[in-house]
Amino acid sequence: MTDVIVVGGGPAGLACAVELRQRRVSDVVVLDREERAGGIPRHCAHLGFGVRDLRRALSGPTYAQRYVQLAERAGVDIRAATMVTGWSPDGSLEVTTPESRESLQASAIVLATGCRERPRPARLVPGSRPEGVLMTGLLQQLVELGSPGIGTRALIVGAEHVSFSALLTLVHAGVKVAGMATELPRHQSLPGAAVGAALRYRVPLWTRTALTEIRGLPRVEEVELRDLGTGRTRAIACDTVVFTADWIPDHELSVTAGLELDPGTRGPQVDTALRTTHAGLFAAGNLLQGAEPADVAALSGRHAAAAVAGWLNRGYRSPDRVPIVCRPPLLWISPNAVSDVAPPPRGRFVVRSSTFVSRPALEIRQDDRVLWRGRLRKLVPGRSAQVPSSWLPRVDLEGGEIEVSVPGAG
Amino acid sequence: MGAGVVGAAVARELSRFDLSCTLLDAGPDIGAGTSKANTALLHTGFDATPGTLEARLVRRGHELLSAYAAQVGIPLARIGALLVAWTPEQRAAFPGIVERAHANGDAATREVGVEELYRREPHLGPGAHGALDIPDEGIVCPFTTPLAYATEAVLNGCELRRGVRVTGVERRSDGGFELQTTRGSIGTRFFVNAAGLYSDELDRLAGHDGFTITPRRGELIVYDKLARPLLNHIVLAVPTGTTKGVLVAPTVFGNLLVGPTAQDIQRKDDTSSTAEGLAYLRAEGKRILPQLGQHEVTAVYVGLRAATEHTDYQLTIHAAEGYACIGGIRSTGLSASLAIAEHVRTELGAAGLELHPKERTATVRMPNIGELSRRPYEQTGRIVCFCERVTLGEIEAALSSTIPPVDLDGLRRRTRVLMGRCQGFYCGARVAALLREGTA
Repeated sequence: MTDVIVVGGGPAGLACAVELRQRRVSDVVVLDREERAGGIPRHCAHLGFGVRDLRRALSGPTYAQRYVQLAERAGVDIRAATMVTGWSPDGSLEVTTPESRESLQASAIVLATGCRERPRPARLVPGSRPEGVLMTGLLQQLVELGSPGIGTRALIVGAEHVSFSALLTLVHAGVKVAGMATELPRHQSLPGAAVGAALRYRVPLWTRTALTEIRGLPRVEEVELRDLGTGRTRAIACDTVVFTADWIPDHELSVTAGLELDPGTRGPQVDTALRTTHAGLFAAGNLLQGAEPADVAALSGRHAAAAVAGWLNRGYRSPDRVPIVCRPPLLWISPNAVSDVAPPPRGRFVVRSSTFVSRPALEIRQDDRVLWRGRLRKLVPGRSAQVPSSWLPRVDLEGGEIEVSVPGAG
Repeated sequence: MGAGVVGAAVARELSRFDLSCTLLDAGPDIGAGTSKANTALLHTGFDATPGTLEARLVRRGHELLSAYAAQVGIPLARIGALLVAWTPEQRAAFPGIVERAHANGDAATREVGVEELYRREPHLGPGAHGALDIPDEGIVCPFTTPLAYATEAVLNGCELRRGVRVTGVERRSDGGFELQTTRGSIGTRFFVNAAGLYSDELDRLAGHDGFTITPRRGELIVYDKLARPLLNHIVLAVPTGTTKGVLVAPTVFGNLLVGPTAQDIQRKDDTSSTAEGLAYLRAEGKRILPQLGQHEVTAVYVGLRAATEHTDYQLTIHAAEGYACIGGIRSTGLSASLAIAEHVRTELGAAGLELHPKERTATVRMPNIGELSRRPYEQTGRIVCFCERVTLGEIEAALSSTIPPVDLDGLRRRTRVLMGRCQGFYCGARVAALLREGTA
């Protein structure tokens, strides 16, 4: 039996494995279903990776490569082209590789399966079903492989960080961007970067605008946009539509393991040490919260390693846990349960909101007690706001669920 | 003419005899029209109008396809259907439906009480007044079925030509036809019109005017495989005059599907989904199976049924001319396909087509793309499409098969690549590259 199997060789999984080796766990295996480990950053050609975890600014592929090297040097057994397809009744992992089909057992398992962008059918966008409808992740790989026929004129759906990343990828691939459309009243990226990119490439940003139909066969010919204020619709000619953000966790193994899921994140419910509701089963990275930057995911993986090592050394009785729930406009908080005073990754919780709120007054309550009250700088949809964890010692582990709200903003 | 499930079945049937046969399709692939976008059910014909050709052929087709599927490896399972009454009025229709089922030779259909219904479908929404149990209804792979027929036909010597549209039909003085097509003319003694949505236009080109097709749009929603445990049977609605209603059914791939809508439209190529249709299906799905609301939608697709002004199939054999027209096969074509082919073969034989069985015919074994039995990834494999667990070996096999795909959709239907929940987020670029290499 292996000590630890990490499922997923992206930043979170690899960082977790490296940290486990540094904590003298002898036998650490990372399973990655892709041909090469490294995760999503492998396809992100732009700079900015590694600031928080490696203290340098790297391109995505370099960053991914660096983590693979770190893991290999640390003695981690990375197995690529190795896919976990499910669970055996005895709790071991069913694994397919090019050479074998096997059941793998481990004393601890870390799920680091990441997240993906919600594709067009899941968003129920009506119309024809032509070629040329992509997500950022697919777009980046098409460009990376030098695929022909990516398009000539694109509409980007969404206006988050990743949407502007899609914009740059399109521009570099020689695709003109007809515009960006978001249903929200403004974009959600950093002011400088977003406005700069939009100005530089003369890309209109259509706010409060919904994509209501895709037309054309066999290729996209135009889209219908609706102004949510006036209700007016108009057609925009384009041959490519890129759906960005709207992340959902790749939680299949979490669901089939029977883990409790958080209704907000749709990832497994985890306590501050990143323990799931099954003893010996941990989760880290963007499976927990779609999507944080790669370095934040890596730090989450590093954080999970502490609890994994503790479990291997001492085990733990599965303690009672108190779930944390969010009230609108808050969508979710992560981690989303408390079972002891262990601090969360990076010492803080992160929350997401469905609306923009400036200087929100956040309140954390349990039963009739206020655990924490304080002002955050702002809430921006699709971006995490940080919440201190200083209130953890005040949680009554036998009490009711913890409730996070923005009084007056619901 | 027409390599949908019906045309391919006819080609397969005729290819077993010593005659020269050509299968034409205007589209790029086998089963790329209506055949690819339906509810993928194996009907018993319990609710057909007794005495009609449709009733007879669906019943016979159910029997033939069940046997054929086991023989060639088409995913098929008789999981049974429960036809649920949601109002007392609907329940009052049960005796009539049972009587009709029995008249159609389906003796197994019977009424079950509310308690039994909820015991067998514990996740069903509240408010059911009872159900009919139709144990022989089933689910079948709509992609493998026509492909198996066409593959067998080709291996038996039938010539397959894709991307060929018939533009004119001339009669030769010595009998037979000269078909004008977009790729030159083709002479033939006998001519079978299985052009689906376009069978009325082809019928007119052939000098007849038997019927008019009004495409009936059916939108369908496919839910994530994680929703599959919510349902054990096909859950049918009490049919109305125009449609069988919205059903919820498992698929052989392990998804749940909800649909279809039924809307008569003008254009025969308008396979667009609509905001209203999708909202309606979402609501119906949630009403029938409330927990569906928590699940992601994996795919949306739209099929156009070849509805006519008549209620029965428009299947006419013009014996003297040597022309068979198979029109108006609305929504039971998949179930009835082998019986339609058998019927057409018999009738053409009576019309003078000489039928000498070939001494040797091909046996076909299709790759299994369903979840009803073991998939290749459960042995070993380099998995390319993670959501549907499609291996590189399966993709390579499809690309070098008897009837290889010419486009991404064709590869999807043969292997299920890109049909899963991520819709290509992870493997779309690589699969496209494999297709380019494989078809270069």
